[in-house]
Amino acid sequence: MLNTFKKIFTVGIVTENYKAPHDAELETLGIEIKRRIDQKFTGSLAIRAVDAGSCNGCELEIHALNNPFYDVERFGIHFVASPRHADVLLVTGVVSRHMQTALLRTYDATPNPKWVIAMGDCASCGGEFGTSYANCGAVSNVIPVDMTIAGCPPTPLVLLKALLAIMEKEK
Amino acid sequence: MSWQKAFLSQLVETEIFVKSEQILPAVKLWQIDDKHWQRFAEIAAENKMRWAAGWAEQIDRQFYVHACFEKSGRYILLRATVNVSKPEIPSQATVYAAANRSERHTHDMFGIEFLNHPDPRCWTRHKAWGKHDYPLRHDFSVHGLPTEITPPDTGYHFIQSHGVGIYEIPVGPVHAGIIEPGHFRFQAVGELILNLEERLGYVHKGTEKIAEGRTPEGLAKLAGRVSGDTCVSHAWAACMAMEQAAGVEISLRAVLIRGIFAERERIANHLGDIGAICNDVAFTFAFMQMMRLKELWCRTNYELFGHRSLMDKIIVGGVAVDVTEAASKFMLTDIEQLRAELADLISAIDLNSSLEDRIYTAGYLSPETAAHFGTLGFVGRASGQDFDVRRDAPYAPYDSVAVKVAAENQGDIASRFWVRYKEINASMKLIEQFIEQLENLPEGDLVSNWQTPKAESYGLGIVDGWRGEIISYVRFGENNTIARFYPRDPSQLNWEALEKAVLNNIVPDFPVCNKSFNCSYSGCDL
Ligand code: SF4
Repeated sequence: MLNTFKKIFTVGIVTENYKAPHDAELETLGIEIKRRIDQKFTGSLAIRAVDAGSCNGCELEIHALNNPFYDVERFGIHFVASPRHADVLLVTGVVSRHMQTALLRTYDATPNPKWVIAMGDCASCGGEFGTSYANCGAVSNVIPVDMTIAGCPPTPLVLLKALLAIMEKEK
Repeated sequence: MSWQKAFLSQLVETEIFVKSEQILPAVKLWQIDDKHWQRFAEIAAENKMRWAAGWAEQIDRQFYVHACFEKSGRYILLRATVNVSKPEIPSQATVYAAANRSERHTHDMFGIEFLNHPDPRCWTRHKAWGKHDYPLRHDFSVHGLPTEITPPDTGYHFIQSHGVGIYEIPVGPVHAGIIEPGHFRFQAVGELILNLEERLGYVHKGTEKIAEGRTPEGLAKLAGRVSGDTCVSHAWAACMAMEQAAGVEISLRAVLIRGIFAERERIANHLGDIGAICNDVAFTFAFMQMMRLKELWCRTNYELFGHRSLMDKIIVGGVAVDVTEAASKFMLTDIEQLRAELADLISAIDLNSSLEDRIYTAGYLSPETAAHFGTLGFVGRASGQDFDVRRDAPYAPYDSVAVKVAAENQGDIASRFWVRYKEINASMKLIEQFIEQLENLPEGDLVSNWQTPKAESYGLGIVDGWRGEIISYVRFGENNTIARFYPRDPSQLNWEALEKAVLNNIVPDFPVCNKSFNCSYSGCDL
């Protein structure tokens, strides 16, 4: 137990400060807002992550948001286990046809108002995989998308900025 | 190799005639008659050969069916041909459980009938294409004929259970956490898992089909996305295969850098997963600390090489980025730091009795079961499968160093945990050795000149990724384009072993059992 406490104290707090991005910054980060809805998510944002056909590279960076450097929960952003609890669907991957119905059902199960963020090149525009017998391509080919984040995968910092942008925007 | 001679004479006794050709130092191509496909497997099993991979390809009006076997670091690439008009071949899954899903995949993609296969259900195919359509045949267009909305895959016959108090838990494809999609069907009584059946294929992205017609550069990019957490090793395996086919030698400098990147990838994943195992038993301290170390490690990747997980840094003919002297220094200090941190942390984690209570004896995979399914990587190594390509069939740069392989045989979650911890240490040593070699090296080319390979030339890239042995097959067509790409991720074999490891565990322990395997869905569904 002593070892544990010692480590906690010697490491200290590594969490970094981040601010919501300005409009101008969004573009340089590769974040694009497709549609503005006038709903407020200020203070709390519940996210349901849906892998609709990713290579799992994007998932690694979503996981990183929960590490102590980004510590996403301090902003009121948390990942929830059911779409019924979610404000935002964070969709990764080129939508595989085998996941199409699952994605549609997840979308339907998410209460209004809701935002859909397409994270990564695959989800935003099809990326390396594109449209084929196996893939529907970009998420917007299947459900309405409100925001896209470019990158393969986007870094956790860009992802965090995108989420902060949603929360700030509606103030 | 003496075992190959004995094996060959045994084959001749059984009247199986083999056309043999040495295609690589560690690999022989053996061609046999299709009717002997199963009998060959029986004799191979008697000779304790490991079934490593299986795939097919279409060349004109013929299917070439392949199976890859390994023993003592020597590989046999077995091949038989069948006619497109009557695509049948006896199944090897009757002998090797490891071949089961692979043959079902080949059936779904090519329509090759594996006679007497113990499980005739589809595997990769859900409803995105018809029962009598086969995406990897030449006459199937890459766009297929999809309906506007692909219906869900209902009607898959899961194993049924009957009896008082037995209930089923269907989970997925969309899981509760941040994780890839797949379906698990549990049969349980009380909390105890009686049976688990996996149904995967949800992230089938047509990787093999969309590889066709690509340039070598394009294939390297795609290979890096077979499974994003293994982008370095998959790209390496695919590039190795392409370089063999084209007869391109890559520089020692490039090879050392590949080695450094692959070991960095191994460390990053092991750090993250050790943390995640702790998280699944609610040991947050260890989780946060490991995630912190992983983040630092990824940041170094970004600072020095421009990408947090080193995606697209392995390119055909070499590497995309150099390791400068300054970068080497940086990495060496980084390693020192990581060593010190891990020393602190592991002693704190090791002393934690509640962690011990959860991970010892849970998720037990016996050495016999592990061998049965051809289990690979740290999962296999924790269950007595003492195999590592880097040591047993070494490729450059591993042929210039001594690779220490961590092996255990307790087979539980703790065992996998400790194997992974030991692998971090071994990888750090390897990186140090590679850096040392790099320092004594005159400046060398990062990328060798590419030569257009002859049509029909092929290569087999075999590397050890962080999940274990990766086998990547590439064949070229005309004009420098890819005609066939098949990557065998270790997950394709390890998934089946997971079904057995969770038996008689309690349902709430499934997440941590699953995490201790951490198989890739993407690498399995392709
Ligand atoms: S955007 Fe890149 S990292 Fe994300 S799922 Fe697609 S290929 Fe993988």
